[in-house]
Amino acid sequence: MTTIPVKQTNPDHGDAVESDNHEIHGDFRLFGLATFLVADGMTFAGFFAAYLTFKAVNPLPAGAVYELELPLPILNTILLLVSSATFHRAGQALHSGAMQRCRRWLLITAALGLAFLVSQMVEYFTLPFGLADNLYASTFYAATGFHGLHVTLGALMILIVWWQARSNGGRINSSNAFPLEAAELYWHFVDGIWVILFVILYLL
Amino acid sequence: MLLVLGGMWVGQNINLLPVDASVNAPIYDELFQVLFTIGTVLFVGIVGLLVFSLIRFRRRSDQIGDGIAIEGNLPLEIFWTAVPAVVVLFVGLYSYDIYDRMGGMVPLAHDHMDGAHEERVWGGISSGSVQAGEIGNALPIDVTAMQFAFLFHYPDGDIISGELHVPAGRPITLRMEAKDVIHAFWVPEFRLKQDVIPGQPTQLSFTPTRPGRYPIVCAELCGPYHGGMRSTVVVEEQDAWDAWFSSNAKTDAANT
Amino acid sequence: MTIALQPETGTERPPRLQPTGWLRYFSFSVDHKVIGLQYLVCGFLFYLIGGALAGAIRTELASPVADFMPRDVYNQVLTLHGTVMIFLWIVPVVNGAFGNYLIPFYVGARDMAFPRLNAVAFWLIPPAGLLLISSYFLTGAAQSGWTAYPPLSITTPATGQIIWILSVLLLGGSSIFGGINFIATILKLRRPGLKLMQLPMYCWAMLGTSILVVLSTPVLAGTLVLLSFDIVAHTGFFNPTLGGNVVVYQHLFWFYSHPAVYIMVLPAFGLVSEILPVHARKPLFGYTTMVYSIMAIVGLGLIVWAHHMFTSGTPPWMRLFFTIATAFIAVPTGIKFFNWLATLWGGRISLNSAMLFSCGFIVNFVLGGITGVALAQVPFDIHVHDTYFVVAHFHYIVFGGSVFVIFASIYHWYPKFTGRMLNEHLGRLHFALTFIGFNLCFGPQHWLGLNGMPRRVAEYDPQFTLINQISSVGALLMAISTLPFLWNVIQSAFAGQRAGDNPWNALTPEWLTSSPPPVENWVGEAPLVEEPYGFGIPAEAFDLAAASGRDLWSSGK
Ligand code: HEM
Ligand SMILES: [Cu+2]
Ligand SMILES: [Cu+2]
Repeated sequence: MTTIPVKQTNPDHGDAVESDNHEIHGDFRLFGLATFLVADGMTFAGFFAAYLTFKAVNPLPAGAVYELELPLPILNTILLLVSSATFHRAGQALHSGAMQRCRRWLLITAALGLAFLVSQMVEYFTLPFGLADNLYASTFYAATGFHGLHVTLGALMILIVWWQARSNGGRINSSNAFPLEAAELYWHFVDGIWVILFVILYLL
Repeated sequence: MLLVLGGMWVGQNINLLPVDASVNAPIYDELFQVLFTIGTVLFVGIVGLLVFSLIRFRRRSDQIGDGIAIEGNLPLEIFWTAVPAVVVLFVGLYSYDIYDRMGGMVPLAHDHMDGAHEERVWGGISSGSVQAGEIGNALPIDVTAMQFAFLFHYPDGDIISGELHVPAGRPITLRMEAKDVIHAFWVPEFRLKQDVIPGQPTQLSFTPTRPGRYPIVCAELCGPYHGGMRSTVVVEEQDAWDAWFSSNAKTDAANT
Repeated sequence: MTIALQPETGTERPPRLQPTGWLRYFSFSVDHKVIGLQYLVCGFLFYLIGGALAGAIRTELASPVADFMPRDVYNQVLTLHGTVMIFLWIVPVVNGAFGNYLIPFYVGARDMAFPRLNAVAFWLIPPAGLLLISSYFLTGAAQSGWTAYPPLSITTPATGQIIWILSVLLLGGSSIFGGINFIATILKLRRPGLKLMQLPMYCWAMLGTSILVVLSTPVLAGTLVLLSFDIVAHTGFFNPTLGGNVVVYQHLFWFYSHPAVYIMVLPAFGLVSEILPVHARKPLFGYTTMVYSIMAIVGLGLIVWAHHMFTSGTPPWMRLFFTIATAFIAVPTGIKFFNWLATLWGGRISLNSAMLFSCGFIVNFVLGGITGVALAQVPFDIHVHDTYFVVAHFHYIVFGGSVFVIFASIYHWYPKFTGRMLNEHLGRLHFALTFIGFNLCFGPQHWLGLNGMPRRVAEYDPQFTLINQISSVGALLMAISTLPFLWNVIQSAFAGQRAGDNPWNALTPEWLTSSPPPVENWVGEAPLVEEPYGFGIPAEAFDLAAASGRDLWSSGK
């Protein structure tokens, strides 16, 4: 697709997505994304509420296995928290125009995300219970699985951003930072959800 | 004033409910009357005001131009915030009182009617609501709901029946559980309903008063024959019930 | 991911590379007005389908035995009726149709904040709807009611239920996208100089509604995903034989579905607030309290869900809390009604179809609200829960409320959509038939419920036959009432009296442009409307010369 700047006759031109005038409109695209993340967060809230209610009122039947180990999830938490910081670094680098540095931080972030996914997989395969074994197990897999889906999507996004931030022909640079900012907001959100999930599923 | 009197009259004199056949039914009807009265007053008042405005302020053919520019009136707005709030609060407290009198506020956890029933009761009207002196006298019955019938089991005489037979004037405690999907046990003449849930036993306590045969209706969609899932509760005088009981009892347990 | 730009031609105001003329209504148009009308027409088609299903239900219930259709088909029809009416007719029309058409005008924008997303949101609806309906013909539709309570929904035929879940998920997604778009448009896209407290009331209603959509719809989506796991992967979230808890589903479901009733009715409140002042020629009474009451309804609406579960085995403290919270919702709702009455008071009311439908709405909704407060009282509800009394209550609210407002709005904005007027005589005939038919159909159902008729049954105690037949006659009248309406809408599109730009002399911004409006809403700059309800003459100077409020408009900066 070609990019022909739209001549804006009017500052309140509503057609933001089709204009490149992002100084004015960038903030409401991020705002829209933030609204979406609120919605997304409510889905998690629903899962957490269900899990806590089950825990409170439905004791496990005798013989059912539901045990979680802590080391891997703690590692996972650290991976994600660090990746939030590295993404933040990438954003800073972008704004100061240091594209090379930005891309390096992006790669590190993506790698941390992938490491998280791998370690999560390892956890899944070593857990002593399966998806349909009992109520807690099912809810555990539903919540962590849904979160893992988010991480997968996020990692893909980071790789796309990384590709688009290349110096020849990429679309992302310090004057068009929105895609990176959007991915960053999303990534922080996914990390934040993980922390809540960690507390509720593993610690409580 | 006239409106309020009219509303009271309507509330007192128009009866939309079936006959009363349990101790809590007249209590319920009391609440119904109050709600019906308030509702009628409000409805007639608001609709009256609306119709009056539509007629009084309709645009005549010789009129052009706008109405008066009033954009609000704070005291008036506060007034019609406060009045409904008070009415609603009154209704809430009153219905709380009614519910308390029906036994609904007795916590289910403190359910000590019978040592054997240590299992968790998830909802309903607790047997703890039965008058202290009567507790020993309460008649326990197990209710099983399934697609598409109710089964009643009397632990005392080990009777299994498709119809619920109960003696008038004696407190009854139903312990209910469903086999497959959610059903609901409803006797309109008792003004009582409780879902019967698979995996979560519920309880319903009441005291029937008026002898007769009343429908038991399943009120929760439970499958194709949901509409046909009905049974009968037979409220009998004590003697008649005793006779029914002893002719059906398998064990010769003394009539508790 | 990135911002793809459409190639644009180099004219002054570049038109998009999209079909024009009638074809654009079948295209992936990003024009908010086209999308609005797409929502409206599509919703109305589904309304006809839902209405036909209702007709089948009332035919079955004309006799106390199940003789018109097999019992499982009856449950499928019932489920489809509820789902279609809620998710494919009322929600898309009061939000999507009027929201998309009006909100950009009201905030002084040329389109919604995210036009592309907007089109996506609309185009999710027809496939979802067709999927839902085709399930009836392919495999048999879901049979567990629009509430899909497990374990019934787990044990009835799986394919129908899964298709139902899929299509509700799509519709929920559409609704969330729409909600995000409305929030961004209202908060971020306002014309410079336009303050929040100057917005027409419908904007506030849509803001409140969209907040509810964003907060509650995802919970439904998550819940339905869990339910589908129970069906296809044999997990046991809501399956008691596997240790699950069926009541948790009900909590999660109603956490969405009580707000959903406000998603259906808050926009209707907003639309009525636009219509009444214009036809009564008076300012909207109590603007500020209206805004606060909308926000109060949003807040309270999120914490009342368990009033649908008073017989589900909820503990006493929960019943008490939800009774009080629910009853208090009546207070902000009451404020709005008194404000509307005060708006009419002292006006110069034109008794046209739009006004009649709005007043019909007030009458019906007041009754539905009163029965609602009664239902909020646990002891009262224990008797009538899941009976025809509840059926009557919510039809007074969703049909007598929302649907009446949709019709009022069509009479009010049709001239804007098409540039032509609807025929008044047919409109009044439509109103009379609908109002009488509606009350005949649903009024007697209160009595049925009080006296022992449960809801969702195909057969009933013969003592209720007469009242059910009366109700069915009312339904027939309502079906007939759509005929003059359909004729009116179609005939007037071609031969209706020309409306001019502003036939009602209204002051809200959508009327300050041509009818129908140009692609980007205004030639030149959007007007700044600081007083959308600046009707009327100060009480002292009742001057007939100031016939319209045109002098009150201040356009430009
Ligand atoms: C004054 C405000 C209202 C109150 C206090 C209220 C209260 C209630 C209560 C307590 C129930 C549960 C009855 C039962 O199942 O036993 C109920 C059912 C229902 N209400 Fe309302 N309501 C109000 C307004 C509304 C509004 C505005 C709508 C929709 C626009 C609505 C739609 C419904 C629906 C659809 C149901 C039945 C749901 C079902 O079981 O399928 N209500 N209402
Ligand atoms: Cu049943
Ligand atoms: Cu509700």
